[in-house]
Amino acid sequence: MGNVGALLQNPAIWRGDQCARQLPGISSGFPELDAILPGGGWPQGALTEILFEQEGIGELQLVMPALARLSTAGHGLAWIAPPHVPYAPALTAFHIRLSRLLVVRPKEDRERLWAAEQALRCGVCKGVLVWADGEDGQRLRRLQVAAGEGGGWGILYRPLRAAAMPSPAVLRLSVERAGGGLRVHVLKRRGSAVAPIHLDLSLRVAS
Amino acid sequence: MGTKLWLSVYFPDWPLEMFFQGTAGIRPLVVAQAGGGAARIVACNKAARRSGLHPGMTVSAAQAQVDCLDVRVRDAEKEQRSAANIAAWAMQFTPVISLAVPQGLLLEVSGSLFLFGGLEGMAACIRKGLEDIGYRVLLASAPTPWAAWLIARAGKERLLTDAREVEAHLRRLPLGILDQPAATVDALDAMGIRTLGDCLGLPRDGVARRFGQELLDELDRALGRLPDPRALFEPPVHFEDALEFPAEVWQADALLFAARRLFVLLEGLLKKHQCGVQHCTLTLCHEHHATTPLTIGLASPTRDVQRMLGVLRERLGQTELPAPVQSMQLAARSIVPLEPRNLSLFPDAEQAAESWQIFLERLTTRLGSEAIQGIGCCADHRPERAWRTVAPGAARELPGGASRPLWLLDPPQRIASKEGRPYWQGPLVLRSGSECIESGWWDGAGIARDYFVAEGRAGCRLWVYQDRRNARAWYLHGIFS
Repeated sequence: MGNVGALLQNPAIWRGDQCARQLPGISSGFPELDAILPGGGWPQGALTEILFEQEGIGELQLVMPALARLSTAGHGLAWIAPPHVPYAPALTAFHIRLSRLLVVRPKEDRERLWAAEQALRCGVCKGVLVWADGEDGQRLRRLQVAAGEGGGWGILYRPLRAAAMPSPAVLRLSVERAGGGLRVHVLKRRGSAVAPIHLDLSLRVAS
Repeated sequence: MGTKLWLSVYFPDWPLEMFFQGTAGIRPLVVAQAGGGAARIVACNKAARRSGLHPGMTVSAAQAQVDCLDVRVRDAEKEQRSAANIAAWAMQFTPVISLAVPQGLLLEVSGSLFLFGGLEGMAACIRKGLEDIGYRVLLASAPTPWAAWLIARAGKERLLTDAREVEAHLRRLPLGILDQPAATVDALDAMGIRTLGDCLGLPRDGVARRFGQELLDELDRALGRLPDPRALFEPPVHFEDALEFPAEVWQADALLFAARRLFVLLEGLLKKHQCGVQHCTLTLCHEHHATTPLTIGLASPTRDVQRMLGVLRERLGQTELPAPVQSMQLAARSIVPLEPRNLSLFPDAEQAAESWQIFLERLTTRLGSEAIQGIGCCADHRPERAWRTVAPGAARELPGGASRPLWLLDPPQRIASKEGRPYWQGPLVLRSGSECIESGWWDGAGIARDYFVAEGRAGCRLWVYQDRRNARAWYLHGIFS
């Protein structure tokens, strides 16, 4: 019995009832992106992985409109082990409700995923961002399960070199700067492959 | 101290309700009390009353009158326990509660009326709460506990706050309501003195001589002419229980399993008293070693076994046991009233708040409170002072002005310059005109900087500045992720 239970934890296995209560996506605020995301937006109750080579290209701006929507709806946001200080004046300019935002900085790296798992599982944090450089797929798998339980949106930021490693995330994107915007490659999604798209970030930069 | 206001809760059907909470029953039923000679009826249900039975009858007379009469013997101990439970439940309305009356409670409510939408609102809450668990109540209020009690006891529901109104009301009550020997009441009745008003009209010294000082004292207490201190109800203050293991135990799972049993007992006690705990201590005892005390601290008072176990699991994970465990003791010394769930206006919101608390609790236990922060805005032009860490959920927001980067480097990072141009992982190209920030001269941490948005490797956008006070050196202060 234990073996079957463990087997069913595998996110690659879909169960009938899961399909039935597939949650609708959270609109990303970019119509071009929503158009290619199954469910019409960022997947709820699942992990999204965002891979990038160079920070500062708009990898956070990509998720801001959806995070703003979640926080103004009263949901919690948790940022786990961010590499720098999330800057309050910029966050408010992106319409993030700061009172809903929790920043968790574990002293040790191995606590990052534990904290992320708790945040995803508690069901109150609907947007959980975790910077998980150097974590392997086995440990990340627990996050996908926790996201399924809590119904939140887990966002995993990893360096581009992790693209070659297997990942439990249901959606994997890699992003790079192109012109004034962001080129988004979909590495993995529920459904068939899709061509890269271009998002114009300048329209959504803080006003 | 403002004026006091006492709300008395009288349970007219108390002896019956001890046996059948809320269910009236169709068969005639009486509760009897043995005392002196024959057992007498103290309460009858509707069916019994319809059959002509009434309190005061002997049980044998009643049985002769009604076939198959259900007779229950009054259980004083049980009544006392129930009264304590109800008092613990009523702690949600006020901490000042007296149980010093039979079949009722006295609540001093002047301090908490505001929370419940005034006297009427609170009375409605209390009535609904008690009716839900099967008690019929009569409520009355007055500035003195004894007046409130007498009015309710007389079967009147009057929420009075004014002393004069109360006195007018008391004057109309029959003398039999007083806590005086029947002989006194009968003697006064024989004199044509039937109401409290009649009695108050008599000369005091004469009454005192003839019927004793107690009668006058009781009336004076009711009218507020004599102080009437009341012994206050105190909820049970602690829980303690222990568990021995048949064999020594090392594994955390086995410890958790055993601890669960103690937590369930604690939960039972807390539930019964509508209370919760915020701290408790589980002490593990070893042979030849000092005991290991594990403090279980919770973010908010609770009686949820799962929450306590969750914190214990984390504590066990952090603790190294010196030896196997032979026994464990659970002690909860400060028990606090907990608002019952069913009074909540928004159960979902409350549940969410609770899961949020549990989540914070878990993180704090394992990572330490300094690892968990909220962030807020501050009104300061200096970028590094325009934000600060705050307690989770306590953040302040200010409207965002000029465009700022999502990441701030703390402290700013000195970067190289080549031929007067900033250089970080490659040459940087300035993409905006400068924004001059010069501020803080008054507190000794003044700055004078020219900020730019710069573009670097792979098109990354950075927030850099040139320090006018430091030989125009370049610094990286933020990243437009």
